[in-house]
Amino acid sequence: MTYIIVLTVILTLISLAFDKKKTWKGIKKGAKQFINILPTLLSVIILISIVLYFVSDDVLMKYLGTDAGIGAYFSAGMIGAVAILPGFIAYPLAGILVKSGVSLSVIAVFISTLKMVGILTIPIEKRYFGLKVTLMRNALSFVGALIVGIMMALILNYL
Amino acid sequence: MMKYLKKHPFDFSVIMVFSVFVTYSLFFHFNPGIEIFEKNFWTFLKEMLIALPVMFILIGLFDVWISKERVQKHIGDSSGTKGVLLVMLLAFVQAGPLYAAFPVAYILKKKGTSSVNIFIYLSSYTMAKVPMLTFEIGFLGLKFSLLRLVLSIPIFILIGIFMGKYFDKHKGTINEV
Repeated sequence: MTYIIVLTVILTLISLAFDKKKTWKGIKKGAKQFINILPTLLSVIILISIVLYFVSDDVLMKYLGTDAGIGAYFSAGMIGAVAILPGFIAYPLAGILVKSGVSLSVIAVFISTLKMVGILTIPIEKRYFGLKVTLMRNALSFVGALIVGIMMALILNYL
Repeated sequence: MMKYLKKHPFDFSVIMVFSVFVTYSLFFHFNPGIEIFEKNFWTFLKEMLIALPVMFILIGLFDVWISKERVQKHIGDSSGTKGVLLVMLLAFVQAGPLYAAFPVAYILKKKGTSSVNIFIYLSSYTMAKVPMLTFEIGFLGLKFSLLRLVLSIPIFILIGIFMGKYFDKHKGTINEV
């Protein structure tokens, strides 16, 4: 978090030095986006708070924790493949999951499939690329996401 | 204000019901309600209200300095390493879900971008969209982001190359929708 704050301050100053008007426009643009997502963000935090009250850490760990082994990667990948979540919701959620004890490598699979695999959007993708190419791209991306997660686990645990 | 309320009917209903529920819980000492509010909601909210405004300023600045149109203009039929880097850059600066990339893929193809580059472009969506990186580093840490990037880039470029070759071999076309 500190990185981001420091980075933002530095970049804002650099931007100001180059072009005041443009900087102001950018800040306003960002603020506007923030205000627009605020209600959605609040309601999502509310729903997550309630769901996490009922889903105990044990249940969460059973499917996404180290006990689940390789299955955790698969579960995380499936959740990411089916879900349609914008990043400003997915990342805070991922942060909460990490705090509850889900490993970073499992989260990496979730984030990757969330972005690259869209089971619910296959009907849209199919219209552009045809069914065969669509299915293949999604399947390969799913496997790719699993590889990223497993390699990350190996690096984090053994290096 | 009314327009703002009308734009998010579902969200505001949730917020309203939750407010009433929390007030009720605090007033009548309903423990599950207090726990949901204090242990979960308040902790999450605090973190996000500190982090998100900063992130959105960064995203806004990025948006005015490097626009999607600017990058797109340079791609055309550029090929080789330069073409690959350009399509990746285009994916990095773009916000939005993957299905927002399909129409762009169609336009790129029409402009003469190779199939391999088109699929690398689609694959790049997972790697490093700058607005999303902001969130990623903020909520999951720099180490996570760097590691995920280093691992993802080669894997998803390979998938892109494979898909592009397959696409050409089977004489695939990208349809306008």
